[in-house]
Amino acid sequence: MSAALPTTHRPGEGGPADLPPVISDPTLRPNRPGRRDRGWAAAATSAALWIYAAIATVPLLIMLLNSLRKNRELATEPLGLPLQPDFTSYQRAWIEASFSTYFVNSIIVTVSSVLIATAVSLLAAYALARAKGRIMSIVEAIFISGLMMPVFLMIVPIFYLLDSFGLISSRLGLVMVYAAVSIPFSVFVLTTFFRQLPGELEEAARLDGAGPFRMFWSVMAPLVRPAIATVVVFRFVPIWNDFFYPLILIRNRENYTLPVGLTTFFGEYQTDWSTLFAGLVIATLPLILLFLVATRQIIAGLTSGMGK
Amino acid sequence: MVHPGPVTATAAQTAPVEPGQRRRRTLTAALPTRVALLFIAPAAVLFGIFVLYPMATAVTYSMYSWRGTSQEEFVGLANFVQLFTAEPYRSSVPRAFGHNLLMFGGAMIVQNSVGLFFAVILHRRARFRRFFQVLYTMPYLVSPLVVGYLWSLLLSPLFGPVNAALKAVGLDSLALPWLGTPSTALWVVVLVTAWQWVGFPLLLYGAALGGLPQELDEAAELDGASGPQRFFAITLPLLTPIIGTVSVLTFIFTMEAFPIPYALGGSTGSPAGATDVLSLVFYRTAFESGSSNAIGTSSAIAILLFLFIFGLSTVFTRWFRRTERKILG
Repeated sequence: MSAALPTTHRPGEGGPADLPPVISDPTLRPNRPGRRDRGWAAAATSAALWIYAAIATVPLLIMLLNSLRKNRELATEPLGLPLQPDFTSYQRAWIEASFSTYFVNSIIVTVSSVLIATAVSLLAAYALARAKGRIMSIVEAIFISGLMMPVFLMIVPIFYLLDSFGLISSRLGLVMVYAAVSIPFSVFVLTTFFRQLPGELEEAARLDGAGPFRMFWSVMAPLVRPAIATVVVFRFVPIWNDFFYPLILIRNRENYTLPVGLTTFFGEYQTDWSTLFAGLVIATLPLILLFLVATRQIIAGLTSGMGK
Repeated sequence: MVHPGPVTATAAQTAPVEPGQRRRRTLTAALPTRVALLFIAPAAVLFGIFVLYPMATAVTYSMYSWRGTSQEEFVGLANFVQLFTAEPYRSSVPRAFGHNLLMFGGAMIVQNSVGLFFAVILHRRARFRRFFQVLYTMPYLVSPLVVGYLWSLLLSPLFGPVNAALKAVGLDSLALPWLGTPSTALWVVVLVTAWQWVGFPLLLYGAALGGLPQELDEAAELDGASGPQRFFAITLPLLTPIIGTVSVLTFIFTMEAFPIPYALGGSTGSPAGATDVLSLVFYRTAFESGSSNAIGTSSAIAILLFLFIFGLSTVFTRWFRRTERKILG
């Protein structure tokens, strides 16, 4: 590790003198860059930070602003503020372009698949964390291996599987698939949490005569609430945004979710720009709301296990 | 698609149970296996039917010839051979593959180095750190399909705000139909993908930087090492493990890229196949080709893609572990 370091002389090794630590105050070192240089560097990094902040957010802001402007304004001035905000584009997207239907479908599909996945994974994770034996470790390994799931490999067989159940174009079929593909991640996170709970709690509950299910439901499940929140947020986002499964599994418009709805909508409303922008905003809004409610969980989850 | 997402992969690094806890757990009686299996049953049934069964059948699908949806006869590897000998696959598969590799290279150069750059800057100054992290991560939360469509509107040659802005500042020569020109369209895909993903390396590198020992950096600073010197001599080598993780994940995601290319170039990778990628070739073959052997051919594409991603990720990971040991001792 020390190979790449510039040589440092350590206190107590001789050298000019063993100076008291105060002398090593950085501002007193002669070879420090001057204050002026540091000021320039700080200004440059600030500028870089703000410029990239604009690059990251301005396109999203334009999406919102242009959804409130009339097509006529968009054609003459692609960039501009909605001086007289106009909400008819939302009305057109919501009613004429069936976004209300897509929106409801997305809510139904996302909420029910996340609920099912979380419920079955919670049960499985508790058992995997608390039971022992070779079977348990094999089952766990199989679940976890699903983290590397190849979607393209599975989609054709899933299509014909649902077809044989009569579940093509049905929201139920989509819910089942989403719930199943959510299991590896949910089981993984929840098992890790259950393992961190001390066994004494169950010992006490057992002495009080609680059976395994009672113990799970009244003692253990409430204790992993933070992990449940993480799992719910982190499955909600990709399922809400997912486009691949419904593109293939849903064949009739009444059951389209928002992302597939968007693809047909972009074909049909090509020239109606403000409605297109409004459609994009409608598809994004729930995530922005979720983000505002759960910023902490999202940032913590994205970086979980990364620090020390 | 519901890819496992960065989340799963980073969560995979969560520290294992500490030995002390494990010992304590063995003292309490474990859950009886019969009861445990009852708890596992619902998840196992769901996972078995909708994940394991389809995965197993995909392998057999690729080894049969098909007429529509009826499985005809065992043909061994003929479906795979066909990908390299018969048109349109012989030309579209390698071209799409090249585009995927280019997307990977572009993502490594643009998205991951921009992410690392800002992670280091934000690590050195605490002011507004969370604020910038949130702003930079916003595009990452938006659906990739929405991102693709949004940029197709922004880059429109007629009414697009991007070209309008370029003209407004006198750069008329740069106000081009970027997305409609075959030579630039793929770069648009790369940059739009990078725009969406920057927050991901930013947060991962930021968290890793927070976990590094401060003493080395401080010692070097006392010795008068400049910011860039400290970065290349100390910080970068210490970051090798996380750089490895980010690179492997970037590889997986760019090889499987689907919604952004679909939104920007449609399922045919327009203009003129310039934005065609492997997932689109697979999608067209399976669901739009009308070929009677669509199932056999598309399953072969999917299996090759999976083997390639899985194999190379494993090799990458091994290689990074070795390098890591060499650097960090």
